[in-house]
Amino acid sequence: MHPQEWVSVEEAGLYCRPADIYIDPMLPVNTAIVTHGHADHARSGHNTVYATPQTLAIMTTRYGEEMAITTHELAYRQSVQLGSADDPVIMTLYPAGHIMGSSQVLFEYRGSRLVVSGDYKRRPDPTCPPFEVVPCDVFITEATFGLPVFTHPPIAAEIDKLITSLKVFPHRCHLVGAYALGKCQRVILALRQAGYTKPVYLHGALIRLCNLYQEHGVDLGELIAVNDVEDRSSLAGEVVIAPPSALVDRWSRAFPDVRTVMASGWMQIRARARQKQVELPLIISDHCDWPELIQTISEVQPNEVWVTHGREDALVHQATKMGFKAKALSLLGYEDDEETG
Amino acid sequence: MEAFADLLEQLYFTPGNNAKAALIIDYLRHTPDPDRGWAIAAMADTLRFDFFKRNAVKQLMLERTDPVLFELSYDYVGEMSETVAHLWPARETTSAIALPGLGEIVDQFSQAKRTEVKPLLEGYLDIMTASQRWALIKLGTRGLRIGISARSMKQILARFGDTAVEEIEALWHGVNPPYTELLAWLEGRSNKPDISDQVTFHPVMLSHPIDEQELAKLTPSDWQIEYKYDGIRVQLVCTKNGKALFSRTGDDISHAFPDLLDTIEEHCVLDGELLVMHGDRVDTFNQLQQRLNKKKPTRKLMESLPAGLMVYDVLSIDDESYHSQPLKERRCRLSRFVQDSASERLHLSAVLEVKTQDQLDTQYRQASNDKAVEGLMLKRLDSHYIPGRPKGQWYKWKREPKLADAVIMYAQRGHGKRSSFYSDFTFGAWEGDTLLPIGKAYSGFTDEELKKLDNWVRRNTVGRFGPVREVEKSLVIEVAFDAAHPSNRHKSGIALRFPRFHRIRWDKPAAEADTLDTVKKLVEA
Repeated sequence: MHPQEWVSVEEAGLYCRPADIYIDPMLPVNTAIVTHGHADHARSGHNTVYATPQTLAIMTTRYGEEMAITTHELAYRQSVQLGSADDPVIMTLYPAGHIMGSSQVLFEYRGSRLVVSGDYKRRPDPTCPPFEVVPCDVFITEATFGLPVFTHPPIAAEIDKLITSLKVFPHRCHLVGAYALGKCQRVILALRQAGYTKPVYLHGALIRLCNLYQEHGVDLGELIAVNDVEDRSSLAGEVVIAPPSALVDRWSRAFPDVRTVMASGWMQIRARARQKQVELPLIISDHCDWPELIQTISEVQPNEVWVTHGREDALVHQATKMGFKAKALSLLGYEDDEETG
Repeated sequence: MEAFADLLEQLYFTPGNNAKAALIIDYLRHTPDPDRGWAIAAMADTLRFDFFKRNAVKQLMLERTDPVLFELSYDYVGEMSETVAHLWPARETTSAIALPGLGEIVDQFSQAKRTEVKPLLEGYLDIMTASQRWALIKLGTRGLRIGISARSMKQILARFGDTAVEEIEALWHGVNPPYTELLAWLEGRSNKPDISDQVTFHPVMLSHPIDEQELAKLTPSDWQIEYKYDGIRVQLVCTKNGKALFSRTGDDISHAFPDLLDTIEEHCVLDGELLVMHGDRVDTFNQLQQRLNKKKPTRKLMESLPAGLMVYDVLSIDDESYHSQPLKERRCRLSRFVQDSASERLHLSAVLEVKTQDQLDTQYRQASNDKAVEGLMLKRLDSHYIPGRPKGQWYKWKREPKLADAVIMYAQRGHGKRSSFYSDFTFGAWEGDTLLPIGKAYSGFTDEELKKLDNWVRRNTVGRFGPVREVEKSLVIEVAFDAAHPSNRHKSGIALRFPRFHRIRWDKPAAEADTLDTVKKLVEA
């Protein structure tokens, strides 16, 4: 049976009717599958939540033990049967390569296969296994960077800009805006890979998630909470990471001669960087750029592509040109904004 | 060219005028002539020609990309140069190819025949990096927008040459890119360039809008009060070597107004308002616009809409400069000059009789009802003529704007600073139960409100026409505008002058917005 007969967009989000399960619902529901831990996908207050062990750990870190009544850990490639026993839906998670614990969801029902890819990327990321191509009839893809102007440079080249800037401006505190979950840890890892061994200073909002990554075996090196630094002037020439919202906050005013840096896929558009008063934009993204979106669609080879949050128009046009049946799926409420870019 | 592209990129992201100035001075010290002079011209907007048209860039791009994807990209990025910088197919090899200097690139484009421009541009875009492409397109279409004004460029040059900005101001319109002589003088390698025999523009003195506080503490007897005319500010220059009419920014607009210039014989530099005048009667700005649009006006047009100059200040007469005399003295000299002049196109701006605050208020109210003026000018009687916008010397007191409640109908993304935000709005008024568009507004809201508006547009889109989104007809805005004129070009029959957001009425039902008839009552005869 064609997935359009059994999957619909409801007020709370994407809904699989025969399994009675919502995918990344934005309102509290009875049963939810959560693809990854970003706040706009993982919310608290559901009765039952399915997710990877890492995603559940992230949700617990963020919302506490009370974040759901029942939770079910699902490892990658481990299937679970939902719905009625004589007309079941088989649900399986596959790696999405977006952040630690991120997954795609495969639904199999009455002979057809639907993959909800969640957010995903194709670049190597040491904190999660790479995106896996899962053959299917309908492939639901995000389109955060769904325009041909978006091509993300290699992360090493971008981190190199930061390292160079630290040499050119040795007395300026380099304040890096990076999303607390995923981006922050990737930036630290890339700094380490580039041979940066000094401590990295963290805004309070980033500490618990960095600790969680370390507990999961991701070695981030020496991290120091800014709150533990008594003399803020000692931050001259150091790297401080903070959530993007804190960049122009009062919080950073005591820092010595701040150079504002931001790590985000949006930084490719100069005007976006300047709107945020960023002096040194780093194009580092946890999403696919345009060539990767196209590559993925041609590798998955679905019968149909459904495009969600982001710049749907362009990707629908491109997929149609490539010979796929394609349409935009309006899912409101996911931030297509700077935070998770 | 590499150095220039780097400079632009750095300037774009560097906040603060001091830091920007330091970058430019460093560039000037380390870059040879004529490259650095052309860079100055690009930044100060004194390049006299486009290397290529935006449309040529677009055509080249469309040969390399899907038109739908191009439009969507351009709509999102909001700027041609950056869109093309990203979309242009990247070179296979990563080794850098050395580019010629900026001066050589300027020469190549200025000497290229019409058919040679595109291949030349194509060749460069192919071997450039994305940020170099961005710089070349911005340079070639003269749209730098890196936060450097002509005025700040002059200040930077003064700092570079360790001289006063007035010195640069005085020379500026007499020297030309690539400014080799000027730079040589600033570096102490030669004498000051001699511009005495040129018909040049002299930077004008500008006013500040007045606020309530300044108004309250003002002693009327210290001030000269005049009407603020609704025309365009011009400077009339007449010397033994020729005469010219310049706009406020120094553009030569002589060709459009020979009927005025031909009447002037006396050597002088005058400051005044260009208007359409029938004898002493001042016509509307709308009529002046007919003249402004014509580069070579027909005799018929000049007879039906004659140009006149409402003179309000004098910079020099014959060889005598009046810059450093107080306004009171300048006014006396000017008054005699206009009286003695043979030209019937010169009119002296009247000084209004104001001795008390009450009289000032009365004059303001009268000016607000007078169709030909847009408020009052207040100038200190002891003010010298200081180019730029000195504090506390001259004020404008514009009449209150007119207001109407209109409904947002369409939205489009903005450019530059507002790139990727929906910031350009078409709004309409009711005729029966249909809305007819009456204008477009791009300003008047705060950054916070812009975000809310953008979000509102995304959530209330009902149709798309290319980059334009049609929205639910439910949001009312209070629009402020300076005047309303009848218009044949618009279906609604009216055109608004400088419409902008006054308030967003999130609370007001669309049905209660103004009708077209109500708005038409604000039209001035």
